Amino acid sequence: MGQSVGKVETKIYKYEGKIKLTSGVEFGPIDIAYETYGNLNEKKDNAILVLHALTGDAHAAGYHNEEDKKRGWWDEMIGSDKAFDTNKYYVISSNMFGGCSGTTGPSSINPNTQKPYGLSFPVITMEDAVNVQKILIDALGIKKIIVAGGSMGGMQALDWAVMYPEYVSKVIVIASTARLTAQGIAFNAVGRNAILSDINFNNGNYYDKVQPEHGLSVARMIGHITYLCEESMHKKFGRRLQNKEKPDFDFGIDFQVESYLKHQGLTFVERFDANSYLYITKAVDYFDLSSNYGSLEEAFKNTNSEFLIISFSTDWLFPTSQSKEITKALIKAGKDVSFCEIKSPCGHDAFLIEFETQTEIIKSFLKKDN
Amino acid sequence: MEEKGQDSIHADYSLIISLIEPNTKVLDLGCGDGSLLKRLIEEKKVKGKGIEIDQNRIIECMHKGLSVIQGNIDEGLADFSDNEIDYVILHQTLQSVQKPDYVIKEMLRIGKNAIVSFPNFAYWRIRLYLLLKGKMPKSEMLPFEWYNTPNIHLLTVKDFFEYCEKRDIKISKSVYTRKGKIIQSDLKKFFADIYAEEVLFVIHK
Repeated sequence: MGQSVGKVETKIYKYEGKIKLTSGVEFGPIDIAYETYGNLNEKKDNAILVLHALTGDAHAAGYHNEEDKKRGWWDEMIGSDKAFDTNKYYVISSNMFGGCSGTTGPSSINPNTQKPYGLSFPVITMEDAVNVQKILIDALGIKKIIVAGGSMGGMQALDWAVMYPEYVSKVIVIASTARLTAQGIAFNAVGRNAILSDINFNNGNYYDKVQPEHGLSVARMIGHITYLCEESMHKKFGRRLQNKEKPDFDFGIDFQVESYLKHQGLTFVERFDANSYLYITKAVDYFDLSSNYGSLEEAFKNTNSEFLIISFSTDWLFPTSQSKEITKALIKAGKDVSFCEIKSPCGHDAFLIEFETQTEIIKSFLKKDN
Repeated sequence: MEEKGQDSIHADYSLIISLIEPNTKVLDLGCGDGSLLKRLIEEKKVKGKGIEIDQNRIIECMHKGLSVIQGNIDEGLADFSDNEIDYVILHQTLQSVQKPDYVIKEMLRIGKNAIVSFPNFAYWRIRLYLLLKGKMPKSEMLPFEWYNTPNIHLLTVKDFFEYCEKRDIKISKSVYTRKGKIIQSDLKKFFADIYAEEVLFVIHK
């Protein structure tokens, strides 16, 4: 269903000013990597900002070159006649502040030292990331926007609604939460520990040396376990052995699931920076929408948006109960909200897999009152 | 409910719609595919919300442009504030909720009015069915077997009156229907417990 946006390119918006971060630090200049799909209308009121998950980038749809044809992370959702219909909407996707795919982050060159920031990069929060996105939206001259994101992207979508109530008309929050729980912080902490204890980490100064690949790949392996669920793992791998009839009776790879995780880890280190992983997971840990307001209900009080909250039945990283918590607070605050739990065997990853139902729901929600 | 004739469902809808003041706030519990809510929004310009448990029906509601929350009526009303809603509707669902007492109490807490409709289990055909066949009655409105029916709290008109008295609930309107048509005759209304197949009450605190 629908058509791809085709060949696209990542652009860079160079912000020469400084912004004040949650920590109090002033930071700038900032490069913002972004892609756009579809056309901004004359009134500039048809924009949708899609927000990527933990390790995503600005490349949300289409492909970069004819040979590569690697599709963007939400390609099935963005395009002509798709959930985010580019015939009608101007879809914007940017790489998160602190990331490593074009937007300024710890691997970027500090203009004052001409060396990568490394751990001299300031600790950031989700709100800082949203403020950087806001710089881009302002630069594009947009005053009304729809925000949509899954997982960490959903956190940012919620932040947008709370921080810029006059800008945000609709909010779509998928497989997300209003605050990271102890369990979520715990998984991130283990991932960070793997990186920090890698012999090549060298206090974050590894850019001209060997990267802490082992630590980063272990972090990714842990992450991947939380994106699946028992049912999906069992279906995908069972207890099957990897290319062998009998186990080897050593500590190499026996099971298919081990091989899968190892592969995920190895391919991840090719595209991701260990320092970015530290900074972004920390921002996720700090995320608690209610923290500045006393309660979630209070946080939503001044929002001006219609909300759509979607969860997946087997997601145990950000389970349905956490989406219900958001929904309940929105009801209490008297806001317009729809909530649906989609039945899926795919765990947290479902938001990047279950396109058909998501498309139906999102299309209807976007059509509402238009 | 699904097997109920479409005509009588629409007649019910028209009846409920006629009872609701324009430009009010409405919450439809167990809103199904959202047909009633959609008509209320179009015909009475209400601000409407629905609660529904089934994913596919939620998607149908979303197609109709409605705000709908997936949830269980037996526990889903706690988040609404006191007197927030003008009309809370529980259409043909009272007999299938787990905790009808609690649900009605919550409806009256969050709503200034509650509209409750249910099949009257003392309707003469049902009485006769039980008397003659000695089996759990089945009808067009109650098509299920005892072992698979969602209707776990069947009640009669008298039961409802008794309940309202016990809980100090006021009934501002009662409408009795038979085969989807409103019973007009005063005598039949007096004997509604026997003549009414389906009943609808508007209640408040």
